[in-house]
Amino acid sequence: MSDKTMTVDEVVSRLHSGMTLGIGGWGSRRKPMALVRALLRSRITDLTIVSYGGPDVGMLAAAGRIRRLVTAFVTLDSIPLEPHYRAARERGAFALTEIDEAMFMWGLRAAANRLPFLPVRAGLGSDVMRVNPGLRTVTSPYEDGETFVAMPALRLDAALVHMNRADRLGNGQYLGPDPYFDDLFCEAADTAYVSCERIVDTAELTKAAPPQSLLVKRHTVTGVVEAPNGAHFTSCAPDYGRDEAFQKTYATTPWPEFAARFLAGDEQAYRSAVREGT
Amino acid sequence: MTGVTRAEYCVIACAEAWRGDGEVLASPMGLIPSVGARLARLTFAPDLLLTDGEALLVRPDGTTEGWLPYRQHLALVTGGRRHVMMGASQIDRFGNQNISCIGDWERPRRQLLGVRGAPVNTLNHPTSYWIPRHSRRVFVERVDMVCGVGYDRAAGARHHRIPRVVSDLGVFDFATPDRSMRLASLHPGVTVEQVREATGFELTVPDEVPPTREPTAGELRLIREVVDPAGTRTREVAA
Repeated sequence: MSDKTMTVDEVVSRLHSGMTLGIGGWGSRRKPMALVRALLRSRITDLTIVSYGGPDVGMLAAAGRIRRLVTAFVTLDSIPLEPHYRAARERGAFALTEIDEAMFMWGLRAAANRLPFLPVRAGLGSDVMRVNPGLRTVTSPYEDGETFVAMPALRLDAALVHMNRADRLGNGQYLGPDPYFDDLFCEAADTAYVSCERIVDTAELTKAAPPQSLLVKRHTVTGVVEAPNGAHFTSCAPDYGRDEAFQKTYATTPWPEFAARFLAGDEQAYRSAVREGT
Repeated sequence: MTGVTRAEYCVIACAEAWRGDGEVLASPMGLIPSVGARLARLTFAPDLLLTDGEALLVRPDGTTEGWLPYRQHLALVTGGRRHVMMGASQIDRFGNQNISCIGDWERPRRQLLGVRGAPVNTLNHPTSYWIPRHSRRVFVERVDMVCGVGYDRAAGARHHRIPRVVSDLGVFDFATPDRSMRLASLHPGVTVEQVREATGFELTVPDEVPPTREPTAGELRLIREVVDPAGTRTREVAA
């Protein structure tokens, strides 16, 4: 069986401008931030980003890397509105596909199930239909005859997710209260890259945690990266909570200054800048 | 007990949204709706389910009684066993709600949260709204981006219902022939004129408008000593 471990930079070397990337987590929770930071160090741009958005979207939008964003919201949770995302959106920096949270989930499910679409009772009557003129409806062929939105599959070129633990083969484990949709992102993608707090032996995974914590299966995974603090400054329960002080620094610092102070170097440089900066 | 504050009338008006709902998930967005939901759970709606704001279902004392990660939460929404009270940056006379952006969607003047789950919520289970500062900026003739679906656009969708809108001035419902917004009760101390002045559309006002009901002594004690001893409610509505 193949060892899939690699570095963040090896992950980024497999990504290209123009790709459709799905990013796991939810808002400012367990986002694969080390992978996002590595993306920001590269010259990759013109991306279609599919994300329940948090600072991953804020940073990529501020840096001008997004051509189109597919999302239901962008938030920092404890800070409801993501300032860098807002600024980019208000200057018209990228195209937006704005869909409902449930439509988003069914779009990933359709992709994971190799279906062109799934019917969803959501969107009709709302302006989601107006701002997405390509959305089609489907009518139940059974007696009820109800009309639904036919949510198209959200197929991804690559998925980026962050787990608490993983083995070298790509089996990923979450130890917090919510899996979010990280397994679905991996299943909906042609390639998937899992960063994790710690790589452990396979047998170690279920020593202290139940088997249902094994969220991501290795057959859906292309590469595994050990990235301690890899979700920082978003939460990664139970390994660490959200770094609220640093998130506030992020939210209140003009983007060019933030990028220069914290994102000019590698992960090690980032960590020492964070230590000095808050 | 000292006099009932405006914030406490708002708590009661929000709590009342969940009366008679039975064993459903109460999803309050905002501080006063959260106090209201917990008050309802502790008094007249003991079967309600509540979350910790993350992935757990909890009793009012914090005891975990269930697991509800986002994927199950979204399934519960489409199953219909939920009554959410959402906020609204804009709401119109038929109950269309906007939390996405202000101005032209293509290039908004102010980007807000995004549609979130408002489209799926409004087509699948009761959706009420909480507006802590009633004004013409919020109660508008037309919302800029329809997120939560109102009665004029729901086309009779089978699970669509907006039980009530609560603001710091009063309670509103859609019990009119054309399902447009009606003033249902006034919080004590507020006049019909004040409400009309702060509303950007023609509001139906019945000849007799009842006051929002008084909290009982027991409810006041629960609000002040058990559910919200820190007084978070006054951060949304000044006492």
